[in-house]
Formats: sequence, structure tokens, C-alpha cells
Amino acid sequence: MTSTTDIIQKIGSGSIRAIARALSKVENGSSDSTEILDKLFSRQQGFTIGITGPPGAGKSTLVDRMITRYRSSANSVGVIAVDPSSPFTGGALLGDRIRMQSHATDSKVFIRSMGSRGHLGGLSGATRDATCVLSAAGYNPVIIETVGVGQAEVEIADLADITLLVLVPGLGDDVQSMKAGIMEIGDIIVLNKADRNGIEQLESYVKASLEYLPAESRKPDVVRISAANGDGLQDLWDSIDKLMASKTEENRITRSAVRTLNEILQENGVLFSEKLLDLEYGGRENAEKLMLTRQISPYAVGRNLLERAERMFKHNGSK
Amino acid sequence: MDRKIRVLIGKPGLDGHDRGAKYIARALRDAGMEVVYTGIRQTPEAIADAAIQEDVDFVGISLLSGAHNHLFPEVARLLKEKDASDIILFGGGVIPEEDIPGLEEAGYAAIFTPGTPAAQVVDFINLQMENRQ
Repeated sequence: MTSTTDIIQKIGSGSIRAIARALSKVENGSSDSTEILDKLFSRQQGFTIGITGPPGAGKSTLVDRMITRYRSSANSVGVIAVDPSSPFTGGALLGDRIRMQSHATDSKVFIRSMGSRGHLGGLSGATRDATCVLSAAGYNPVIIETVGVGQAEVEIADLADITLLVLVPGLGDDVQSMKAGIMEIGDIIVLNKADRNGIEQLESYVKASLEYLPAESRKPDVVRISAANGDGLQDLWDSIDKLMASKTEENRITRSAVRTLNEILQENGVLFSEKLLDLEYGGRENAEKLMLTRQISPYAVGRNLLERAERMFKHNGSK
Repeated sequence: MDRKIRVLIGKPGLDGHDRGAKYIARALRDAGMEVVYTGIRQTPEAIADAAIQEDVDFVGISLLSGAHNHLFPEVARLLKEKDASDIILFGGGVIPEEDIPGLEEAGYAAIFTPGTPAAQVVDFINLQMENRQ
């Protein structure tokens, strides 16, 4: 039996299989996923922590340390680790669990690997929904590890309550740390591999770039650590705790609801547009044919769809 | 719906010879599957728990130490115990011909010995998926 009520009930009683199944459903966008998420949304309670940074910065190792930290205070911990999918085959090698092996048989730790499945921005299209499932199942915190990112994958800051940007020495000069994008989204900037050469320079680049922030904006903490040998971790935990304490629950919940709605509106926009294409052109392929023979431009298609929608709304309004 | 075939590749036991496991993981990736690779020296418990959390369709385990007659059935037993016997198991590594029937009886749908072309594993998975639907 896999009815929605059944799944929701089993998630409530902590069934690992049911949680895993629900994650697959939201990831695959199966027909009952909206109903599942609708039931689970208000059950979310805990914090979400995002970890982002370039490939090889030590994100998975840091997640492993964070799991240990939260498990020592008896929390159950959820992890969503996103790795890139191939743009050609759609396949993915999901290898983040390798660094988290020490928690492999801890029943209070739930680790789920996800392929980005063509989604840009450092996450997959369903990461927000998967976070909802784990949070509603009682995992607190839910830690979200992005794919190894470059300069502009900033989606995580929109999803997580707190975002850690992990940097390592040796990836570029001070101009890199002045660029817009990823450098702006860290609530805490973690300088990992602090035992390596170049750490002083990295810290001075990062701190100098923060000098340019507008006076009224909050300056992120900059914390040096070595995730592999444990140095500096206590400072990082203190920094995270301080930041968490500053966020009110009401604020977090509203923010999460608004951001989720934004995503849903975008998805709905695509669905409505497809329907309008059907009405206006008898399907997307017909519109594509017209464009191919240069009878119409994509801009005109877009405008025609909007006009069609407006006519429909007017018609309905006059009833 | 964007359904992907999900496969977990794990290496139980104490040998660290992970080339075969990585080779297969890479081949399945290139065949468009999502492959969770757990790394070497995993206990059967760790493999079974990961398979359930990851909600995979298949678990493939590789072993070159000779302990397959103990460790392979153990993974199958644990999945059954955790109500996940619908996950299809396959194995690979240095496994003598005469041990294969016993492993099949323990729940393994296929055992791939050294020299197997990766395409054969891909075909096996695709065929099993078709049969299941």
C-alpha cells in the first residue's frame, strides 16, 4: 500500500523506507508529490544549513564533522548532498557518502544523494521539496550540500536558513574575492584547509573584500578551520549557534513559505504556458514549426500567449 | 515525470581493490543512471542502510577478498529484514564458478566475474527494469 495517507502516517512514525520513498516521489515529480508536500509542509520545525563552495573545498568532510557535532547533542540529522548530473546522458556519480562513512549505520542520520538533473544554480530542482520531507520527518538540522560551485550558483542562500561558504587557499587572487555572486551569499565564510600554504593570503583577500560591504549590511564571520583534523571547528560551531539564535522562528517560517511559493509560481508558469501553447497553436511542436520557417519569432509567440491569457481572463471576469 | 534508475555500488569487506567497482560505477553513469558510490570497506549493515535511504532500484557489490560467501548473503539478509527485498542485488569480483549458484540462491540476480564487459551489466539492469514494470 502506497496511498498518500499511508506514506504520511509512516513518515510520522519514523519509517526510513517511507521517508526514502517520499523523497523519490518529490524528486521524480510523481503525481502524488504535491499532496505529500502539502501535508508535510507545516510539520517542518528545524533549521536548515547550506554548505557551498568550489569542488574539493572539503564540503563533504565538513558535513561529516557537523553530523558528529549535532549527533553528540542527540539531534537526528538529515543530509541532502547534490552532485552534478551529466548534461549528455543524465547520469550521475553520487559520491558524497564516501566522506560520511562514519555515520553509515547511525539510524538517526539520514543521508540522501541527489543528481542535479539539469538544474543550474548548485542544487537540483527538487532540493527544496526534499528538504521539506526530511525536516517534516523530524531531522534537525537538515544540512544541504551543493554541487561544487563556481561563481554564480547562489540558489542555496534562498533555501537554507544559514549558508556556509567554504573556501580553500590557492584558487585565485584578490580580484576573485571581489567578484559578485557566490562571495556575497555566505552568512559565514569558512576558510578550510587552514594548515595549507596561502591561508593567510586567502584570509586577507576575503576580509578585504568584506570591507566594501555597505555599512548597514551584516558582515559575515570568517572562520579558519581544518575539517580533516578538527582545528577551529569549535569557533565555527559558536558562530553558527550565534547566527541561529538571531533568527526568529516566525521569520524563518514566513521566509520559507514565500520562497517555496516563488518556486511553485515559476513551475506553474511553465505548465500554464504549455497549456496556452496547446490552445493557441495546437501544441508546442506547431509553434516550433512556424519558427523554423521564419513565419513567427519566439517573441511573437510569447506575446500571443499572454494576449490569449488576457482575453480568457476578461471573458471569465464578465460572466 | 523524470524517473532515473538509481544504483548503489558498494564494497564490503577488507580488500581495497576498488577499480572494478569504480569502472562499473562510471559505466552505469554513462548509461544515464544515478550511481551512489559508497567507497571501500563498508559493512553489510552500512550498505543495506544506505540502499534504503537512497531508495535505489539496484545494489551492486564488489569483493575480491574471497569473503563473498559470507558478506554477499549478509547484505541480502539485511535488506530482507528491513523490508527491502524488492531491491535487486548483483555482485562482482573474483568469485569461483562453483560459488555462483549459492549466491543466486541467497538472492543475487547476477554475478559478474572478471572480464565482463560493462555493457553486459548495463543490459542486465535495463532488462530487469523492463521486467519489473
